[in-house]
Amino acid sequence: MKENRQELNRQLAQMLKGGVIMDVTTPEQARIAEEAGACAVMALERIPADIRAAGGVSRMSDPKMIRGIQEAVSIPVMAKCRIGHIAEAQILQAIEIDYIDESEVLSPADNIYHIDKTKFDVPFVCGAKNLGEALRRIAEGATMIRTKGEPGTGDVVQAVSHMRLMQSEIHRLVSMSEDELFEAAKQLQAPYELVKFVHENGKLPVVNFAAGGVATPADAALMMQLGAEGVFVGSGIFKSGNPQKRAAAIVQAVTNYQDAKLLAELSEDLGEAMVGINEQEIELLMAERGK
Amino acid sequence: MLALQGAFIEHERMLERLGVETFEVRQLSDWLQPKEGLIIPGGESTTQLRLLNDLGLLLPIRQAILDGLPVFGTCAGLILLAKQEDGLPREGLCTMDIDVCRNAYGRQLGSFNARGKVNGVAEDFPMTYIRAPYIHRTLSPEVEILSEADGHIVAVRQGHQLATAFHPELTEDDRLHQYFCDFEGYTIKEG
Repeated sequence: MKENRQELNRQLAQMLKGGVIMDVTTPEQARIAEEAGACAVMALERIPADIRAAGGVSRMSDPKMIRGIQEAVSIPVMAKCRIGHIAEAQILQAIEIDYIDESEVLSPADNIYHIDKTKFDVPFVCGAKNLGEALRRIAEGATMIRTKGEPGTGDVVQAVSHMRLMQSEIHRLVSMSEDELFEAAKQLQAPYELVKFVHENGKLPVVNFAAGGVATPADAALMMQLGAEGVFVGSGIFKSGNPQKRAAAIVQAVTNYQDAKLLAELSEDLGEAMVGINEQEIELLMAERGK
Repeated sequence: MLALQGAFIEHERMLERLGVETFEVRQLSDWLQPKEGLIIPGGESTTQLRLLNDLGLLLPIRQAILDGLPVFGTCAGLILLAKQEDGLPREGLCTMDIDVCRNAYGRQLGSFNARGKVNGVAEDFPMTYIRAPYIHRTLSPEVEILSEADGHIVAVRQGHQLATAFHPELTEDDRLHQYFCDFEGYTIKEG
């Protein structure tokens, strides 16, 4: 039965492919996101840029606020719990969330252990900045992976380097001979079975999205060209001048990520993009949380 | 293959196995290529509908289906083909005389696997339901019910149109795809 659940949870992620998952903080924003063509929304109290600005400990959102968003839209609703916070995850499962993001954007609750996600019926997505992290999260039961990027910055550089690294590590595994895989598993600190799967299939066993710092249609198209199967957009939409228009443009950019002419049209007149902070200007690297 | 959003690669692999050539439709220029059928994959129906509208694909595709192009919709695809939702007219391609219920089994915790009979296709067919819809009722005697589960209609055929609430593309069983590939298009009348 548990295996069956894992399979169904991986399959829900398959349905999200080619789509954009948007961070929203109110039912209004959720409706705007759905109307713009989001394939799911992430319900949270503060978007990453504001979490970054506010500082302090950031936690799971109020279940009442999440329920309000569940009632407002028909698309899947995701929510974040802190890394290793089993109880927050149980609460989110109790309100029948469609996907839990065990996220480095919130303050980690456990510096060593992630949640044993195989014990849950609801699916989990986790961040990863390289193949080893991705495979460890999958071994723990994650049924969807996203790059960590550097959330709340509007700077895509980290998402790019995480996606590039993951892809190059995948290519490396594919090119190895079978007897080298045991050592590769040791180096990646990941289970041999998963390493073998990547060697044979040239991809992760679950869907892999881009996240962290995506702010424009061009950013989204870039991530798709680098091999992402879909995109999370956090602060980029509701921190910008014209959220409706920008959201719809990013949705179209993900579908037609290889058509530069269309991307040019989509990038016109979007109003002000989120201001953004450079990687060097930030003190807190969220991507370093939870390895 | 409508490739705006969702699980279209899974359908492509299945057709590839059956030796059928496919191409992806992401915009109007793709759509203009010659074709013998269309598959609308699972995904989010609201997302796909928004993209159909924004990319100017909705009316050309609707017209092609009305003119007899064979079409196969799974899950979100079924919803896009339906004329009604919960008894009210809905936006979409609206070419099948069915009344659907979206997210009929609730949220992701309600997703499940089952097996059932699909008339004319298989006695025992694997069915994967992911936040699936079902069909309240058919709106025309032209609609043939292919499968029912727990008293709800989950697969239908109306002439050259085929729709399922479950996802045959997520299984290894290609009999429904084979069944669809045998369809020949013919013209139906509006209304």
